[in-house]
Amino acid sequence: MQLEFNHTQSAHCENGVASNLLKHQGIELSEPMIFGLGSGLFFVYLPFIKVNFSPAFSYRPMPGWIFKRAAKLLGVKIKRQKFNSPQKAQEALDQNLKNNIPTGLQVGVYGLTYFPDEYRFHFNAHNLVVYGKTDTDYLISDPVMQHTTTLSHQELEKVRFAKGALAPKGHLYYPVYVPKEINWEKAIRKAIKKNCNDMLAPIPIVGVKAIRTVAKNIAKWPDKIGIAKTNHYLGQLIRMQEEIGTGGGGFRFIYAAFLQEAADILNNEKLREFSKEMTQIGDMWRDLAVQIARVYKKRSNEQDVYALLSKNMLEIADKEEAFFKKLRKAI
Amino acid sequence: MKTDQIPQDQSSLSKKDLKELCYAVDENGNYTTALSSGWEPKSIALDGSMQLIEKRIEQARQQVIKNEVSPIAYFMEKNKMDVSILASYVSMWKWSVKRHFKPSVFAKLDDKTLQKYATVFEISVEELKNFKG
Repeated sequence: MQLEFNHTQSAHCENGVASNLLKHQGIELSEPMIFGLGSGLFFVYLPFIKVNFSPAFSYRPMPGWIFKRAAKLLGVKIKRQKFNSPQKAQEALDQNLKNNIPTGLQVGVYGLTYFPDEYRFHFNAHNLVVYGKTDTDYLISDPVMQHTTTLSHQELEKVRFAKGALAPKGHLYYPVYVPKEINWEKAIRKAIKKNCNDMLAPIPIVGVKAIRTVAKNIAKWPDKIGIAKTNHYLGQLIRMQEEIGTGGGGFRFIYAAFLQEAADILNNEKLREFSKEMTQIGDMWRDLAVQIARVYKKRSNEQDVYALLSKNMLEIADKEEAFFKKLRKAI
Repeated sequence: MKTDQIPQDQSSLSKKDLKELCYAVDENGNYTTALSSGWEPKSIALDGSMQLIEKRIEQARQQVIKNEVSPIAYFMEKNKMDVSILASYVSMWKWSVKRHFKPSVFAKLDDKTLQKYATVFEISVEELKNFKG
């Protein structure tokens, strides 16, 4: 059984699934547009949560929120289900396929056999679409992959019921209502405003303040926790920033692409300028990653390098703060 | 990032002939997408993580040899898990799992409990019991 489904590769799984599922329903939404409408540009620092033995850094909001927010703004209704029993979860998926409904799934990546081994961690907030079933396999449209792939029935069950933080519990979702008319202007404006507010939140571990908090910590870590651990934490920062899923610069380039699209739709040339600025900010993040990698490789013991990284990150914080304040006013 | 700056470095992706999608600006300053085979800073960070994991696995293996920890501690590291993740998979409390790291406690575990671990680690109960490093 194979449904007609267009597989398009994206930089980020949640954006990609949302975009592909909505395109299937006739709404032409690019990845940047979904991302922007979902107010997906973010930064959060969760030192009390350990992921791969380092504090958690995220350049995006909680998994699921981008699609949820975007759908709400567009007036799209999404049906979501979680299951206690793998069998019921499979039945529900199979029923959807019989009804010609390509279905989004939340899965853990540890068991994704088509991923390179180095990417198979216990990360449970990955998204993909199932669009068919054979006697042995399920047909998978995983948006971070160039082409469609497959998973055996058993393999899919394993990834749908991966355990640990953010366990998917067979979570499946699909659009059930799509409005005929969409007020793009209103949606885009609201989304941009929200994104500015989120990044400017008065909470030390959120948004611009969080970037500063991390920057200040980088200068202190070598003394507090030692060089080896500091480097490990920095490695984590790069990975969260540049791993499959961000399109570069911790999602900054995707957001810049969104602002460009928004400029066209809203007929607002200022947004095009903001897009250029966001591209520059994305480049600053990438430069930071290059610097961190250099420190990492050299395993340098000089205290100065960390002070320099700290200073560069503080500069990024300043730039982003100014950016979001300006953007909030302009929109 | 401009399209001609999109990195095409070797990476764990390129080893499997995979490429990921990136956003960059073309000559006209317009955003477009293009494929990247990898970027060195990312690979460096990823390799660092892998090395830490290898180190932890080897440390655990040595501890098993010296009878300081049970095979469970080793296979946990081998499967890139921490105590939280493992406890989640075997549906036990974290403190319970930690107890099972003690060789003396491990030796007295019944087959039912051992099977829970073995299933998660995708090995047989025999392999789990007999692992000596």
